[in-house]
Amino acid sequence: MDMKANKKLGLKQRYNLMTRDLEWTPTYQAVQDVYPYLEYEGIKIHDWSKFEDPFRLTMDAYWKYQAEKERKLYAIIDAFNQNNGHLSLTDARYINTLKLFLTGVSPLEYMAHRGFAHVGRQFPGAGPRVACLMQSLDEIRHAQTQIHSLSNYNKFYNGFQNWRHQHDRVWYLSVPKSFFDDAVTAGPFEYMIAIGFAFEYVLTNLLFVPFISGAAYNGDMGAMAFGFSAQSDESRHMTLGLEIIKFILEQDPDNLPIVQRWIDKWFWRGYRVLTLVAMMMDYMLPKRVMSWKEAWEVYAEQNGGALFADLARYGIRVPAGWTQACADKDHLSHQAWNTFYNYGAAAPFHTWVPSEEDMAWLSAKYPDSFDKYYRPMWEHYAKEAKEGRRFYNGTLPMLCQTCQIPMFFTEPGDPSKIAYRESSYHGMKYHFCSDGCQSIFDHEPEKYVQSWLPVHQIYQGNCFTPEADPSQPDFNPLAEVLKWYRMEMGRDNLDFEGSPDQKNFQAWRDLATRN
Amino acid sequence: MQIDLRTVSVTPLRQTFDHIAARIGGDKAASRYIEATMDVQAGANPHYRPTWDPEHEIFDASRTAITMRDWYALKDPRQYYYGSYTQARARLQETAEADFDFVETRGLADSYDDSARRIALDFYLPLRHVAWGANMNGASMCAYGFGTAITQPCLYQGMDQLGIAQYLTRLGLALGQPGDLEAAKHAWLNAPVWQGLRRYVEDTFVLKDWFELYVAQNVVLDGLLFPLAYGEVERSLTAKAGPVVAMLTRFQSEWFQDASKWVDACLRVAAQENPANQAQLAAWSAHWRGRAVEALQPLAQMALGNQGGAAMDHVVSQLDARLAKAGVSA
Amino acid sequence: MSNVFIAFQKNEDSRAIVEAIVADNPAAVVNEQPAMVKVDVPHRLVIKRATVEEQLGRSFDLQELHINLITLTGHIDETDDEFSLSWNH
Repeated sequence: MDMKANKKLGLKQRYNLMTRDLEWTPTYQAVQDVYPYLEYEGIKIHDWSKFEDPFRLTMDAYWKYQAEKERKLYAIIDAFNQNNGHLSLTDARYINTLKLFLTGVSPLEYMAHRGFAHVGRQFPGAGPRVACLMQSLDEIRHAQTQIHSLSNYNKFYNGFQNWRHQHDRVWYLSVPKSFFDDAVTAGPFEYMIAIGFAFEYVLTNLLFVPFISGAAYNGDMGAMAFGFSAQSDESRHMTLGLEIIKFILEQDPDNLPIVQRWIDKWFWRGYRVLTLVAMMMDYMLPKRVMSWKEAWEVYAEQNGGALFADLARYGIRVPAGWTQACADKDHLSHQAWNTFYNYGAAAPFHTWVPSEEDMAWLSAKYPDSFDKYYRPMWEHYAKEAKEGRRFYNGTLPMLCQTCQIPMFFTEPGDPSKIAYRESSYHGMKYHFCSDGCQSIFDHEPEKYVQSWLPVHQIYQGNCFTPEADPSQPDFNPLAEVLKWYRMEMGRDNLDFEGSPDQKNFQAWRDLATRN
Repeated sequence: MQIDLRTVSVTPLRQTFDHIAARIGGDKAASRYIEATMDVQAGANPHYRPTWDPEHEIFDASRTAITMRDWYALKDPRQYYYGSYTQARARLQETAEADFDFVETRGLADSYDDSARRIALDFYLPLRHVAWGANMNGASMCAYGFGTAITQPCLYQGMDQLGIAQYLTRLGLALGQPGDLEAAKHAWLNAPVWQGLRRYVEDTFVLKDWFELYVAQNVVLDGLLFPLAYGEVERSLTAKAGPVVAMLTRFQSEWFQDASKWVDACLRVAAQENPANQAQLAAWSAHWRGRAVEALQPLAQMALGNQGGAAMDHVVSQLDARLAKAGVSA
Repeated sequence: MSNVFIAFQKNEDSRAIVEAIVADNPAAVVNEQPAMVKVDVPHRLVIKRATVEEQLGRSFDLQELHINLITLTGHIDETDDEFSLSWNH
């Protein structure tokens, strides 16, 4: 810390004067009125001062170090832009991972900014408050540096230009959107377990390492620079997540079952969102970093294993669904990419069949599943495409009521059988992809019946522009939905082969390398 | 000699995102501030209602009585997005750090006049709690406000106030001892002279309308407190005992100039939007101004003696001038 | 016994920090990647300010770690002179 006064005071004591000592218990207003949301979740906190502040960052140090990080980051972004850095990418297919990122992930950073402002305000303890508010600042940093890094790609490639509009409407983007909406609409303690712990600690490496390393491996200096710069903030976030769960568990034994249920729920919801990452790693990166299976083994099984071994002393066990997630690592990415390949007309990014070389890599990485279950499928699609019948699925998929992913997941132990679960609530039937999603619904049906499911909404006629006229003989509902999605047919969607992105990238690369 | 650098020119397909182009025109590049601010908040189709506030959506314009056709009209004239914000604050921080260092290494705090020291410690140290309350309120405005244009700078403002609380703590440790901080907290909680202000601050904690909170905190309280503390009182101490306090509070005085640009701009735009806003903002300003003056009067007296009344008049007229300029006269 | 680890962006400043870690943690294993350097240590990793200062040739505030830090695991403990990561089990 940049404090030189009173050298007699240690770091901890000085920091306490700078934070905890600032707070007081209000007397002119009732404490429950100042902090109205602390009790309804059933969590019991007896002594907020027991929260340990691991990173004792004062605001002056925050500004100093963060400004330095920003200067360095923007210098790299500017250099990348000035030098047409996008032409150094391994392959223009890579750019589709960035479209997924901007439309799917960046808006969540913004939600986290607002969510942490909310819980920071609502927690009376100075320690958690300061950490949460610094995280709120960090999250808007992430949202904005991502928007800025990807802004340059938007100038040259298609599928970035309507990220905001599409995050709020497009069928697969409701997966990340509903995930974060679920977190911010939960109570403040659940939010901290959901995001601070489950997402920022348990699962974060599974999101960021693939994207950032993918950027580095594929020549994307802009995204890589953003990624590494953001990760240093993430260390503070991870630490907050770990400290907060320890704090909550140590405050009262009655908190344990509540926290365990939240861990089970948020591990599962978070894992489901990571489906998009799994397919990105295995199918969308021209130069791959590692397989989803390998990433899962390192970051979930090993790191997660160490973490839950550490938390066992509180009575915490590994999340329900852990075993299934581990077993599914052989299948997840293949089943997901198959679905996006199917619906490639309805998404504002390109999809494609893996090449022979791609499939050789997949065979090697997935010796137990790829050749048996998935290679025949890709070879079939490749043959169809070669013969002019590139397959696009003309119907719409059923979405899981909880995670909102199309219901393509298979039964644990039987990858030839789609998993279906259903529950009834107030006379209506609801459908789920898994036991995990069903149990989340069953515990809080009032919440999940509210879901804005994109496919249901299309069928209910809520996804058309005012000009759409279903009475016309040439009415094409898919085309009308794409208009409502602000996607341009043939430009933003369909196969990578023959896309404007492919043609442009090649032409510009030639311009940059040939005379 | 003229140097002509050439790079390979690749013609972009578009200048910016479609939602930005819809606002500024399709043929222009957008500034970083604009791209990072406009329409960034979710615009439609929230999935669930907050379990902590089921009467509203996650983002809900009806959490305030103020109405806007376009909430993004409330742009920050400083154009602070995270990068420009942190860099601006880092510059202020560097200056403040140099000043603290100067005071400390030259023993200026030790040789400071004792009666000026007493005034400074008694007056400035409890203000660290006021700043902590301002931090809390900034978080509140950011959490419950509507539209990134205004919620973003509300958080920056709140975090600035945390920095101010920490600078005031350092002032206490430079001019005094940890025991002085303890005594100041005790005064904040118990001394009659501080209770009006503490009640004001605690009453702001329960305000449901985040724009009323913006008026109570950013416009009125800070609009009187900062000119009083870092204008009137600082000048009085400097005249009496030299610029040590001026140096140790430099961040606050420079910050206030910067923050006021934003506070005034948003107030003016909101007031100009429609007569109902104008009337509501004027009513809030009048109400909170009355309370703030009452709360600060005894503190001005404590720090400035019989000059306290004139000092209050002076800062009140400054606030009134700003309110008039914004079209929100109390 | 599980490892704790810390990872930095690869540059001049972090090189000195990694060298300090290796000097003070005999069981440290360094993993170099193109843009990142990761150090694993079983059970406990400590970074000592004094050692970093020796490596850097200038005074160093442990909070400067933030500038180049990418990620870490384990429980953190921070004083003016040492920054450590550990697992308790």
